[in-house]
Amino acid sequence: MHNFLQAFFRRHDVQIGVIIVIMGILFSALSPGFLTVGNLLDLLESYSVSAIMAAGLLVVLIAGGIDISFAAIAGVTQFLAATILVNVGGNWFTAFAIAGLFGALLGVVNALLIHYLRAISVIVTISTMTFYFSILMFVTQGRSIYNLPDWFTANISFLSIPFPVMVAGIVLLATLLLLSRLTIGRLIYGLGGNPEAAKRMGCNVAALQCFVYGYSGLLGAVAGIVQAHRVEEVVPNALMGRELDVLAAVVLGGASLSGGVGTVSGTILGIVLLAMLQNGLTLIGVSSYSFGLVTGLVILISVSATAYAAKRQRKRSVRHAI
Amino acid sequence: MPSETAAGSTTVSKPQRVAFLPRDPTITLLGVLIVVAVIIFSLLTPSRFLSGDTVRAMAFQMPELGILSLAMMVPLMSGGLNLAIIATANLSALVMAGILTHLIQPSSSPLAVTEAILIALLAGMGASLVIGFLTGTIVAFFGVHPILVTLGTMTLVKGISVLTTSGTVIGGFPPAILFLGNGMLFGVPVSVIVFLVCAGIVGVILTHAPFGVSVRLLGSNERATRYSGVPTEWVLVGVYVVSSLLCWVAALLMMARFNSASAGYAESYLLITILAAVLGGVDPFGGFGRVLGLSLSLVLLQVISTGFNLLGFSPYLTAAIWGVTMILAIVIAVVRDRWITQLWPVKTK
Repeated sequence: MHNFLQAFFRRHDVQIGVIIVIMGILFSALSPGFLTVGNLLDLLESYSVSAIMAAGLLVVLIAGGIDISFAAIAGVTQFLAATILVNVGGNWFTAFAIAGLFGALLGVVNALLIHYLRAISVIVTISTMTFYFSILMFVTQGRSIYNLPDWFTANISFLSIPFPVMVAGIVLLATLLLLSRLTIGRLIYGLGGNPEAAKRMGCNVAALQCFVYGYSGLLGAVAGIVQAHRVEEVVPNALMGRELDVLAAVVLGGASLSGGVGTVSGTILGIVLLAMLQNGLTLIGVSSYSFGLVTGLVILISVSATAYAAKRQRKRSVRHAI
Repeated sequence: MPSETAAGSTTVSKPQRVAFLPRDPTITLLGVLIVVAVIIFSLLTPSRFLSGDTVRAMAFQMPELGILSLAMMVPLMSGGLNLAIIATANLSALVMAGILTHLIQPSSSPLAVTEAILIALLAGMGASLVIGFLTGTIVAFFGVHPILVTLGTMTLVKGISVLTTSGTVIGGFPPAILFLGNGMLFGVPVSVIVFLVCAGIVGVILTHAPFGVSVRLLGSNERATRYSGVPTEWVLVGVYVVSSLLCWVAALLMMARFNSASAGYAESYLLITILAAVLGGVDPFGGFGRVLGLSLSLVLLQVISTGFNLLGFSPYLTAAIWGVTMILAIVIAVVRDRWITQLWPVKTK
């Protein structure tokens, strides 16, 4: 029993979960408004866009790559879909279809460049991010779209769950199924864990990378549409800089930059941790100017503690082996 | 014995002299691209592109990005990355700006002004040293991936800047500081001289100093470096301290050029510095890279940006072309390598 508990608390997602519970108790003690259904729904709603993007980034990280361009893809597809909706018209299906197809296409471009140029994924996606975003700013000249159709911006909810939260839930569930129940999910873990072994096993690395980066692009596009629905306008540079925030959340959730490691549940916990921190601080009356400081500290402490624990574990196993 | 060493030194020094010529394919490629770009822009905008004004404008714009790129290059060479460079530069500029605006009144004597400038410089340097030491320590002793650590320090440091200034701008500096950004010395902008000095120092350190050699070894093979007796942890701490010190120099130039400091300046430069370094032949996996390559890639980016600006293109389109240039450079390198392996299959492997 003792060993079981030790192993249980050494799990990363359990540790993050414990921190979240402690923080929840603390915030609800300090502010009566924290633990209300309304506030928690607000919290979920405002972080649903990040959660959707995080699911895509998680898959890329597990496959051993990194994607910096998904926020730029979200911006581009959001603008494209909004332009078509305003000038031609359409419905939810066309909005998601147009944005999703184009987003996946842009993601596949990333994958092709990474695979056929044998270039490091950070560099390629930084280049494409710069490219996608600059083209977007050039085409729009920085102008926003405010006259979105009414059906698009109207509040939709099902069983009082807001639309963005629903979409985020579906996306996370789909990612969970993809990673844990489908063969392709196993292959993604395999590719990230040991690319050479995956290649020799007969896995089609090019196709798999197209899928992974395409998926990230697709989810970027979905996040873009949901964000446009939430804020009821399309501002070209609204999502810029989001990529590093999302990366922080996914990494807090235990995904490794060297590939092969990461879970959907961990990612959700990472997002919830950052969301609760900011929401709780606002409710107990801390200035929003301190968010950066607190978030930075949390990231630093969390990644240091994880790495330190892993280092000790390695030393212990070496001692056992000897 | 002596004759043997003499013979050894001549055989070593010969290829070195040849190597000074652009035998490095990256440098040849960048040189050709710069010449092509200059010719095209001179033909498209006759008498404007190669005028003194344009060249001077280019010279004033380049140094900030240049020094920040050097700050990115040193960690890249060690196999890492420093995402906190812009945040470090801004915080260090804010510290200096805060001290300068507090200590200097219009009535202060020249001696008091000098004193205040010295205190401010030391404080700004101290701030960046602390940040660099913190980053380096976590990277080296905890073994956390540099992207994650510097993502954290970036958020933390920017958070401190935002919290202390509440997002406001601090401005109004003595002429001695402004001289760094706008002054000329022997017809050359002072900021260019500052960049050249920094580039020279970094170049010499990376190629000749024991510390620089350790950095490059560390970037190529961390374990082998540790087993050969190099204190890799302290070298890594040094890498991030040097990177932060360069951010301090960049902070000085930024303050001087804008005559103000804020938490949010130059943020768009962050990823561009990585592009500039990689375009200049710095291996993102670590171990390889030359300051000359980085400088040439900066010149290329500046020529492209100024050229398109003269042609009346939007600055956004210029940034898009920078991204394409980066990808093109990778494509050219890949095609060139395959071409070489096809022509001389025996030579490689």
